[in-house]
Amino acid sequence: MSTPAFSATAAATFDESSAMARSRLGVAGYFACFKGIVWREILRYLHQRERFLSALVRPLIWLFIFAAGFRQTLGVSIIPPYQTYVLYEEFIAPGLIAMILLFNAMQSSLSMVYDRETGTMRTLLVSPFPRSFLLLSKLLGGVSVALMQAFAFLFVAYWWGIEPPPITDIKLFTFFDAPSWAGTALPSMSDPIVNTLFSVPSFLQPAAGYIMVIPAIILAGLMLGALALLISSLIKQLENFAGVMNFVIFPMFFASSALYPLWRLREASTLLYEICRLNPFTYAVELIRFALYGQVDTISLAIVVACTALFLAAAVFAYNPSKGLIARRGGPGG
Amino acid sequence: MTTMPKTDAKVGAVETDRPPALVVSGVSHAFGDKKVLDDVSLTVERGAFVMLLGLNGAGKSTLFSLVTRLYDNVSGQIDICGYDVRRKPSQALQRLGVVFQSRTLDIDLTLLQNLKYHAALHGYSNRDAKRRAEQALDLVGLADRAGEKVRALSGGQVRRVEIARSMMHRPDLLLLDEPTVGLDLGSREGVIKIVRDLVAKERLGVLWATHLMDEVLRTDQVVILHKGVVLFNGGVPQLLTQTGAPNVREAFRALTGTQTSIDEAA
Repeated sequence: MSTPAFSATAAATFDESSAMARSRLGVAGYFACFKGIVWREILRYLHQRERFLSALVRPLIWLFIFAAGFRQTLGVSIIPPYQTYVLYEEFIAPGLIAMILLFNAMQSSLSMVYDRETGTMRTLLVSPFPRSFLLLSKLLGGVSVALMQAFAFLFVAYWWGIEPPPITDIKLFTFFDAPSWAGTALPSMSDPIVNTLFSVPSFLQPAAGYIMVIPAIILAGLMLGALALLISSLIKQLENFAGVMNFVIFPMFFASSALYPLWRLREASTLLYEICRLNPFTYAVELIRFALYGQVDTISLAIVVACTALFLAAAVFAYNPSKGLIARRGGPGG
Repeated sequence: MTTMPKTDAKVGAVETDRPPALVVSGVSHAFGDKKVLDDVSLTVERGAFVMLLGLNGAGKSTLFSLVTRLYDNVSGQIDICGYDVRRKPSQALQRLGVVFQSRTLDIDLTLLQNLKYHAALHGYSNRDAKRRAEQALDLVGLADRAGEKVRALSGGQVRRVEIARSMMHRPDLLLLDEPTVGLDLGSREGVIKIVRDLVAKERLGVLWATHLMDEVLRTDQVVILHKGVVLFNGGVPQLLTQTGAPNVREAFRALTGTQTSIDEAA
């Protein structure tokens, strides 16, 4: 077989001076790298139609069947951010968006374990850019995919008649019910504090909920993605993953405010109520729920941001070449 | 070993005595109590083709993991082109190209999409990435397949794409971890020829890990790694003289004391 050499002209464009090589690690280089990683995630997603479909069908089954069935049995009273009685379908829509994010995060975590076994993760990690930057880019790639999935779901929900109401004002919502186990150490707020931030121009009012939910989805997606990244670094083999799905996804989803308002749960069991309130997923759901109604739930926002930072730091530590768990464990296969 | 200036010298960065492509000095590594590498030292000069011979489990993959900084070396030092991988990881990794033993391409994406992604990992803009991808594919004789999905390629062609991938940023050091495993004879020869041509034309240093003795040429430098220890490091003639063996296979057997042929063992 013939292996054409670099021709003189090819070499001139292909080769680069050391100065050019250095500049590849500059701001433009970072941006190119970030874009490349995110684009690959999106491309991969678009090439897997079954993944796209299953990601869409899962929440729709919950919406069309589960929620319709429970509509009569579970009445939702007027609790913030709702100002009228809402249908059960409308109540669980934010929870289903969070479910999309959760599944997507765990799926990309799964693919990272798989990548590690095949070597794709290794090619990512030999990039000259800092490892924390690479991992964060990969995470944001996953979040971009999740955002697309969430909007596909919102689109179908819209045709089903489930949509956020028009929003006239963007508000800050703060309500904190101190957990009982904290005793009197944490102050409790008996009434929610609502501050109006700014009013929405009238032409934007119908779409404001959809716009507000974008940053909420990104934040919640980052938190769940960082958690999944951490989990992926802790799992040695692909086979162990099914167990993690059972021990992470289901407890996180069911022990949260995704399917039922927490006050109803408290009537059933105070313990369960407190467990749900320790679950970061609850705050991801609430952040999305309030955002759809034009409100920023400050407590949820703070908890989601803090958890993201915590999980991300732990994941970066786990992938750190000298301190991390990969080194201690003997590295990925191969 | 003479160091010939690379083509970029003419752009102004004249380097008269450049450091070797890879220097591994006194590297030891253990997983728990199990010592995998024991005081390993070796050098890959620019323009040299170094064969790293060892059975499965000899520590080749661990050495590669340390050089690629998947994890840090616990003791000893690894320099790529004079840059310590621990202290200057970015500069070191920028000059390194790797072909991993396992598959690293997305089979559902096209060759071009795959290569553009890997160019982005090295900080190339979209336009640069496309040009480099095309040139790299040209290098391995697959330029006309750029728009096809990786799935459509044969095993040998996939390997060649991976070599193209590892060459896109024009590294000074190329690592290949058992690159010919699972390939038929014809594809193996194609892959070996491409890399040998690259060494000659591009003056890059190559560290080629294998357990297949027939891939060794008389002009190669040979490093024999056995149970984490370097048993031999030198030229093929020296290896044969030292062991009194008729060929590399027999020499390996004599040095390592393994009964079975290395090819059969793997």
